[in-house]
Amino acid sequence: MTRRLRAHWPPVAAAVLLLGAWHAVAVSGMLPATVLPTPVRVVEQVWLQREALLGHALPTLTATVLGFALSVASAVVIATALDFSALLRRAVLPLLVVSQTLPMIALAPLVVLWFGFYLLPKVLLVAFLTFFPMTISLLRGFAAADPDMQALLRSMGAGRWGVFRHVRAPSAAPYFFSGLRVSITYAVVGAIFAEYAGAVAGLGVYMQSAKNVFRTDLVLAAVLVSSIVTLLLYALVVALEHLLLPWLRVERGLP
Amino acid sequence: MRGLGKRFGETTVLDGVSFSVEPGRVTSVIGPSGSGKSTLLRILTGELDPDAGSFEVDGAPVRNAQRPFAFMPQRDALLPWRRVLDNAALGLEMAGVPRRQARRRASELFDTFGIGGTERLWPRQLSGGMRQRVALLRTVVQERTMLLLDEPFGALDAITREQLQRWLLGIWERHRWSMLLITHDIREAVRLSDEVLVLSAKPARIIGRVRVDRAIPRGDGFVLDPEARRLEHELLKLLARAAPGPGATMMG
Repeated sequence: MTRRLRAHWPPVAAAVLLLGAWHAVAVSGMLPATVLPTPVRVVEQVWLQREALLGHALPTLTATVLGFALSVASAVVIATALDFSALLRRAVLPLLVVSQTLPMIALAPLVVLWFGFYLLPKVLLVAFLTFFPMTISLLRGFAAADPDMQALLRSMGAGRWGVFRHVRAPSAAPYFFSGLRVSITYAVVGAIFAEYAGAVAGLGVYMQSAKNVFRTDLVLAAVLVSSIVTLLLYALVVALEHLLLPWLRVERGLP
Repeated sequence: MRGLGKRFGETTVLDGVSFSVEPGRVTSVIGPSGSGKSTLLRILTGELDPDAGSFEVDGAPVRNAQRPFAFMPQRDALLPWRRVLDNAALGLEMAGVPRRQARRRASELFDTFGIGGTERLWPRQLSGGMRQRVALLRTVVQERTMLLLDEPFGALDAITREQLQRWLLGIWERHRWSMLLITHDIREAVRLSDEVLVLSAKPARIIGRVRVDRAIPRGDGFVLDPEARRLEHELLKLLARAAPGPGATMMG
């Protein structure tokens, strides 16, 4: 227990210090309470507004999870196809890079315009935002597969698919999960952003309407909820990794 | 098993390498670094196609689909995501043996190989020497005509290597597998083999062969045995001739 305390005290201390500073500024009277509410008030509002916040968090969560699932599925399919064909890789990879240069801020309203105010545009934007890092992680993972292991499999008579299935794909699994960890943090942000651009429900909608009536405390309450959602999803990814790749902890020398 | 001439590449790497290997015997191929050792190996495992020549098993030419070799690579190449038993059974699985049956056949050999009880562990939880035993088991259990070993103990420290050489001699004594050993370690070649073939520098051909009598002690007496030392010296001289240029002057 003391060991755990020793490992975790620096971030906890930093957070306490930061919140303390915020609180001190908020109560000092430098800024009106409507502009900068105290952290205590934000937490209070999360509790008081719990029903409304939960009602708005659910559509955001749905869009995030569906968009992320779509992103992961297409990343797996496309990265696998690109791994099998050098020609396809040369043709498609530059397009993927270019797709990342498109500004989300300009694209989001258009996607809403095309696909409506409900679930679909949010799902598509989340997928669009997270798809690229997932695909690149997978491709890097495939490429990192040990040549000796692949030669061994071929000497045993395995074909291309056999080598992919038994060496290249498992080699990419750790890369895949680090891609997941990065992408899942984008995913919630992407969903909220899509809601900002136009939607009927969701944390983004809630934030916007709270902002319009100058309720900064409610905006920050929604921000807190979205952070909690992101952290929960992140924890889920880590748990999945432990469950699905038990060998990875051994490989990294962890207990 | 008869190996015949093989040539490869635009720059000739192997220039008509020919040799034959007798069943139930251990043959080593040694050569200077940069000779065609690894090319030869990759032709034998089917990784590369030879430009000329062929090789035959019991007089019948080998087709790519039915390689007579079970290959053991230099580093153990155990797959970290498979438990030890599943690594040992990998070759059988790739040959189409159902997983359960492949596991059973592999597990039968664990005690013989001195690694009983490690079946459920991950490869990373074993020492280098143990991993090499698993790699040999994975090779042997495939029951191919011949074992093809690429510097099997090259990545190990000297003490572990010495132990594993003795262990291999012991286990070979009981099973008498046909083995082709590719190495650059002269002492290892003499200690383990019935015959040592010397490959020249590129373009490579066989420039010498040395028979090693089984009467030579391979265990305790080996390091002090005068006949073994004489054979090593002979191989050194052949190798010095095999590597022209700076390699030769350094050796001289």
